[in-house]
Amino acid sequence: MDLFEYQARDLFAKHGVPVLAGEVIDTPEAAREATERLGGKSVVKAQVKVGGRGKAGGVKLAANPDEAVARATDILGMDIKGHTVHKVMIAELSPEIEAEYYVSYLLDRTNRTFLAMASVQGGMDIEEVAEKTPEALAKVPVNAVEGVDIEKAREIVALAKFPAEVAEGVAEAMVTLWKTFVAEDALLVEVNPLVKTKDGRILALDGKVSLDENAEFRQPEHEALEDKDAADPLEAAAKAKGLNYVKLDGEVGIIGNGAGLVMSTLDVVAYAGENHGGVKPANFLDIGGGASAQVMANGLEIILGDADVKSVFVNVFGGITACDEVANGIVQALQLLADKGEEVTKPLVVRLDGNNAELGRKILSDANHPLVQRVDTMDGAADKAAELAAAK
Amino acid sequence: MAIFLNKDSKVIVQGMTGATGMKHTKLMLADGSNIVGGVNPRKAGTSVDIDGHEIPVFGTVAEAMEKTGANVSVLFVPPAFAKAAVVEAIDAEIPLAVVITEGIAVHDSAAFWAYAKAKGNKTRIIGPNCPGLITPGQSNAGIIPGDITKPGRIGLVSKSGTLTYQMMYELRDIGFSSAVGIGGDPVIGTTHIDALAAFEADPDTDLIVMIGEIGGDAEERAADFIKANVTKPVVGYVAGFTAPEGKTMGHAGAIVSGSSGTAQAKKEALEAAGVKVGKTPTETAKLAREILAG
Repeated sequence: MDLFEYQARDLFAKHGVPVLAGEVIDTPEAAREATERLGGKSVVKAQVKVGGRGKAGGVKLAANPDEAVARATDILGMDIKGHTVHKVMIAELSPEIEAEYYVSYLLDRTNRTFLAMASVQGGMDIEEVAEKTPEALAKVPVNAVEGVDIEKAREIVALAKFPAEVAEGVAEAMVTLWKTFVAEDALLVEVNPLVKTKDGRILALDGKVSLDENAEFRQPEHEALEDKDAADPLEAAAKAKGLNYVKLDGEVGIIGNGAGLVMSTLDVVAYAGENHGGVKPANFLDIGGGASAQVMANGLEIILGDADVKSVFVNVFGGITACDEVANGIVQALQLLADKGEEVTKPLVVRLDGNNAELGRKILSDANHPLVQRVDTMDGAADKAAELAAAK
Repeated sequence: MAIFLNKDSKVIVQGMTGATGMKHTKLMLADGSNIVGGVNPRKAGTSVDIDGHEIPVFGTVAEAMEKTGANVSVLFVPPAFAKAAVVEAIDAEIPLAVVITEGIAVHDSAAFWAYAKAKGNKTRIIGPNCPGLITPGQSNAGIIPGDITKPGRIGLVSKSGTLTYQMMYELRDIGFSSAVGIGGDPVIGTTHIDALAAFEADPDTDLIVMIGEIGGDAEERAADFIKANVTKPVVGYVAGFTAPEGKTMGHAGAIVSGSSGTAQAKKEALEAAGVKVGKTPTETAKLAREILAG
């Protein structure tokens, strides 16, 4: 889960990373009081989860509270690379800046360890720095057990060739940033720029944080950081039901078991769609192992509620899951929806293989539901589902 | 021969006495696995009757190894306790730890991996978030259904559980030497490369099927490894061509970030290494058949 800048700022502050004062608001009028609290001047910063907002006009100085209201009025509602600005941060004006740096910690999947990155070339896109002047970006592996203490931080700072007069200050900031990374179960913490001000301070002026959703069991406060307004309504409804769902832009609704098989199902449907007017998968939905009738009903309800869906492909390989249970689930799900008065008009193509497949297929045949068709191979079923979607 | 697991493997189960642990211990026993004990400090000294098998429960992995000679542990421990359980297995120096648990925080898996490394990698870790591995007709350590296929000469390594099952099913008449599910998390113990190296060295494996998916660069690195080190034919499949950028597709590790981790890049890397890559699981199985038929 990627956070907004103001959320990253709050987490940095909580763990001692030096930041400036700032608060988030969502109406222009609130910019006045927030600016007054900062002594009458502020920076109005658009809160969007995309880079390049400065160039897009999403960051403006305000010399007084009235100007802050005017700038907030301009920025709220602005579109930055397809992201609408719903919130702005009213931040303290930075003291005069002498230098801009870059520091981060992230997961290095390839080497199965964490990585510290640091550069004296901050303030710009770090991927550009890595490409054009790779020697200016120090990459230092960090052992997950040993972590980053002041000694390790000094080593990173030395490798990145920070000037002597800021080395200790940056190293101290690196230690607090590591604390943030670990304490918050982050996958990424990045400060860009980390600045040296004329009055000699080291400050984190902007930052990015991405959190590990698998750590929610010990991070109860993270749920509140979720951007519920931005979530697709179908994704939000699926999440509320505990379903693993991603909305896509096609016409064939997909339900399957197991992340890999569902990803594969999307691909197979997209290939089949090439022969049927270019129809595509409408979503990713993994109902997981041992899907009950209720889980199947929840899944079908989400997918049938998607106006873009023209046909549905249920693709199940019974490993531990028994196909007769899945078949019963489909039959009961259609009954549950009918009982709720929801009329189902979209055709379903069902492919069952593996554990108890014969039993499952028989249950579907016996139920003889007018909208349900059985096709017993994955490729064949994908083709049928694509054909039905194209015909609608 | 097979890889990592055979009829002589003595298996213990960490988290055996929980509902999931019990269910799968029963299934593993039915597949002929030699389950010699469970581990639960709160139930040490007791035993559990599973379908007529009296399975003793030990307080620690070390004790279970000492009393039974166990050399494989399968872990069904909830995410909050998984790190401690894996660390215990590493401390006991059990040769193989199979971590089935889904939903382990990355800081925990990175920590136990770093710990295993510091201890000299005496414990091979498979997973987390994996279905485990099976050597059909000999032993099953995990949750792969034992009745999909029979012993044979294909080796299979996959990030995904259900695609493992699907592929075993497609090629069920030929059979498998071993099938290893390495897991879909960003940090895993045993990699595609480890399994490829083991299958290459295994005299009972004639052909290797490798299944990958979006995210990370494990498939690209496996392609380099195949080019340099694998003489046996390899057939590949990659899932996730239609996955949008920046969205996690079920598995915590299955995410395309910017231009990296795409299915297309993985497919191209594998093909450049001489691997035949199928467009669908069924087509992939067909490619394997063609090669085996000569």
